[in-house]
Amino acid sequence: MSLFLAVLTPFLGAPLVAYLAARGRAQAAWAAGGVTLLAFLQLLPAFMVGVSGATTIERLHWIPSAGLDLAFRLDGLGLLFAGLILGIGLLVILYALYYLSERDSLGRLYAYLLLFMGSMLGVVLSENLIQLLIFWELTSLSSFLLIGYWRYREDARTGARMALAITGAGGLALLGGILLLGEIVGSYELSAVLAAGDLIRGHELYRPTLILILLGAFAKSAQFPFHFWLPHAMAAPTPVSAYLHSATMVKAGVFLLARLFPALSGTWEWTLLVGGIGLTTLLVGAVIALFKHDLKGLLAYSTISHLGLITALFGIGTPLAAVAGVFHIINHATFKAGLFMAAGIIDHECGTRDMRRINGLWKFMPYTATLAMVAAAAMAGVPLFNGFLSKEMFFAEAVDLADSMSFGWLLPAAVTFAGVFAVAYSLRFIHDVFFNGDPIDLPRTPHEPPRWMKVPVEILVALCLLVGILPALTVAPLLSLVAAAVLQAPPPEFDLALWHGFSPALWMSVIALAGGTLLYAGRKPLFAWHARNEGRLDAKRIYQRLLGALLAAAVGVTRVLDNASLQRMLVVFMLAALGLGLAGWLGSGSPLSGARASLPVDPVSGLAALAMVIATVATVALHRQRFLALVLIGSVGLLVSLTFVKFSAPDLALTQLSVEVVTVILLLLALYFLPHYSPVESSAARRLRDAGIAGLAGLGVAALAWAVLSRPFSSISGYYLTHSVPGGGGGNVVNVILVDFRGFDTLGEITVLALAGLAIYAMLSNLRLQGHPRDADGRAWDGDLHPAIMASLTRLLLPLALLVSVFILLRGHNLPGGGFIAGLVTAVALIMQYLANGVAWTHARLPANMHPAITAGLGIATLTGLASFYFDHPFLTSTFGHLHWPLVGDIHLASAMAFDLGVYLVVVGATLLILIHLGLMHNASHDAAATSSGEAR
Amino acid sequence: MEALLSALIGVLTAGGVYLMLRGRSFPVVLGLTLLSYAVNLFLFAMGRLAIGQPPVIGTGLPGYTDPLPQALVLTAIVISFAMTAFVIMLALKARAELGDDHVDAEHKP
Repeated sequence: MSLFLAVLTPFLGAPLVAYLAARGRAQAAWAAGGVTLLAFLQLLPAFMVGVSGATTIERLHWIPSAGLDLAFRLDGLGLLFAGLILGIGLLVILYALYYLSERDSLGRLYAYLLLFMGSMLGVVLSENLIQLLIFWELTSLSSFLLIGYWRYREDARTGARMALAITGAGGLALLGGILLLGEIVGSYELSAVLAAGDLIRGHELYRPTLILILLGAFAKSAQFPFHFWLPHAMAAPTPVSAYLHSATMVKAGVFLLARLFPALSGTWEWTLLVGGIGLTTLLVGAVIALFKHDLKGLLAYSTISHLGLITALFGIGTPLAAVAGVFHIINHATFKAGLFMAAGIIDHECGTRDMRRINGLWKFMPYTATLAMVAAAAMAGVPLFNGFLSKEMFFAEAVDLADSMSFGWLLPAAVTFAGVFAVAYSLRFIHDVFFNGDPIDLPRTPHEPPRWMKVPVEILVALCLLVGILPALTVAPLLSLVAAAVLQAPPPEFDLALWHGFSPALWMSVIALAGGTLLYAGRKPLFAWHARNEGRLDAKRIYQRLLGALLAAAVGVTRVLDNASLQRMLVVFMLAALGLGLAGWLGSGSPLSGARASLPVDPVSGLAALAMVIATVATVALHRQRFLALVLIGSVGLLVSLTFVKFSAPDLALTQLSVEVVTVILLLLALYFLPHYSPVESSAARRLRDAGIAGLAGLGVAALAWAVLSRPFSSISGYYLTHSVPGGGGGNVVNVILVDFRGFDTLGEITVLALAGLAIYAMLSNLRLQGHPRDADGRAWDGDLHPAIMASLTRLLLPLALLVSVFILLRGHNLPGGGFIAGLVTAVALIMQYLANGVAWTHARLPANMHPAITAGLGIATLTGLASFYFDHPFLTSTFGHLHWPLVGDIHLASAMAFDLGVYLVVVGATLLILIHLGLMHNASHDAAATSSGEAR
Repeated sequence: MEALLSALIGVLTAGGVYLMLRGRSFPVVLGLTLLSYAVNLFLFAMGRLAIGQPPVIGTGLPGYTDPLPQALVLTAIVISFAMTAFVIMLALKARAELGDDHVDAEHKP
């Protein structure tokens, strides 16, 4: 459980910290730090196990029926990354407390940081690859929030969006790759995948799998040509950059390379792609970094370059190269986090990050300068600092690999070339900022930052030195532990020492240091050349052009399919449905008719069918005369109801009948406010086209219905028929299904009904409608709105109708009826009062507010469901298990009936809510119309 | 009988689709109503047709028809009503706000 809880802790802590931030900045920092420490403590047991080289795997059953587990894993690699994430996270939290100004919300930053921390922990501690991908996407999302932290700044928003687009697209590719990987191996468990390296490499899907996974990793780790998002992400506050771009976000990509190293590496494709892209990124990043005048821009490109270095090391693919890759991950995390923090201090103190203006800071902040210089020296690969060791291992690996290649000398040459630039830009970071004359026109006078702001930098710089001077004592054991986890094999022999004799690698280091110094000395003409050619080749512009093209294409497609015309959209929709249906049928090649025998047609049914066809055709033909069409469609509805009667569905017949009544009344009321005739709108050709589409749609549906009806079938309903009486305690199987077997569905449906009623209520409020003063034929409305006989009769009928509805409700469990039908009957009975006696009269005698009825109905239904918890049964589930209740029979029947009562109340409430409010509006408008027409007379 | 019902469903669909393609809101609502009749009958027919065999236990009948499509269609009928009501109110609202009952009426400020 400890791994699971450790991943969960930051997620739970994030809202807590955001909440506590209201009490003060220090409290927020303590809380965020506390959450981080708590996560660390939870990992401690697994760390202890991991140090001995063993792997901890934890499993939580999530959806066992689908074979899905939450699985976490901690081995050497996970240990290293979890340590980096939590350790540097803690330093960043401390640093951010001093970095962020009073105006910015510290709680929000910490909450985002913790979300990100949890996501990263999830990535590095996942055993299941799908689960890893979910956390992978979470890192993209939470880094989007972090990069866009200053949301009022446009560059922050653009940078955040770009990072999300690139890493999100990479995540999609990764999903594809992981699915293929799971398909090849037959499992998404990392243990299985790592053990199946030979199977994967020999599989025909190896190449697509490799390419997709690499796309995901490269996009995340800002490898060329996806590198351009990283400099734009520098719009984030510096603590965020220090966290995301040293130890975490961008390292997720190289983490994946390391994680899947035993499964994917060892082929020429791997070496070519990973090594080639890594090398390209190393060179591109190093060269561009030198020309960046922005302090963080320089660091961003240097980060890209170093990530390329790590990628290239994994690409070389030998065990020793993998060790060097891991080593450089550690070193880069320490010195780059320190450098970002130093850059943040400089920015904080000077108010700008432009290296053309920040000069000679040594005089103002010698202490910070010393720290920054140590970290920059590590970045350059100067001996005695940690960067030197891993870089020399890299040089040695490059020389080794070159021996086996034609044109092999190119590789050490390119690597040395990148080293020259790395030295030059590191030198620039030191010399330009701390020396090189005096500051030019700074917004504020710099001085040393607060004591505790420097502590994180001090710790990181101390680590750089410790590792750099005493590698064998400090980092060597950790390195062999991690290497064993990466390789899934005993680690190779390696010797971490400052002095390896006069090896080629040493000469390459010497050339890099000397060449870098010379390059920096001759920088002025180079900068001028760069200024002239800047922006010629900008990956960002290609990205923007691509994005623009994509958006334009989306707009184009939308414009064709959706020109804001319902008619056009429906035509497109119908044609698409027809096309797909036809393709499906033609593709299947099965005959239209099946083998099932048909029932004989009796004369009455034939007549009824004919009547229905005539009524439908008449509705369509006479649809311009709206009132007539409404009457006709009502008769179609009644015939549908008769169809249900004929084919053994009494419940449906009753429901259809009562719904029909309510619908026709509703449409009549609405028609009062709408024109009584539809004008001829479309041309004859267009009507012909529509008739053609409609005819085809009708033919298609009829063919489909016939194809189904003429085939035999097997139903799952046998269960319901068997268990209705013993399990549900009711003879009417349809009702028992509704209130018992599938009660949860019904609860959802009455909720929809309630929502529709409320939505209509909301839509009708503040709506002013003007009705017609005259009927369709131009006659004034009858002055006698409520004929006395009708009024008296409906009043007499009301108790009778209500009695019937209660009867239907009560008998529903055993005979046709139930909550839906009873509710509709009650609604019809009450609406009759409104119609016959007028809204004003009825309103005075009936509760007008239907919201309580809906609330009560939903409440009763939900409570009935909850009550089954009390009897240790799942929510609303009253399947066969209910038979074993200690009090069978009576109790059960009552519970289902209570649920049906809820249904009843919601149906009554929603139906009346809709009709009464339309009726009220009707009344207001009608009165006004009557008055005005009266005056006219 | 099966062929007859299939044809009826087809006729209802055709009428519904034609009316839904009209330009005014009221015919579109009528079209939706016809289409929901068709859909409900279609769903109901998935349990195949049986005469005189309602799924009510204890009535002494020789057999029972499939109750499951009936349960589905029963709620579908009620939901169709809610949908029809919603659409017609939308039409009223559009008429009040836009001054026209054309389905593609544009807001004229």
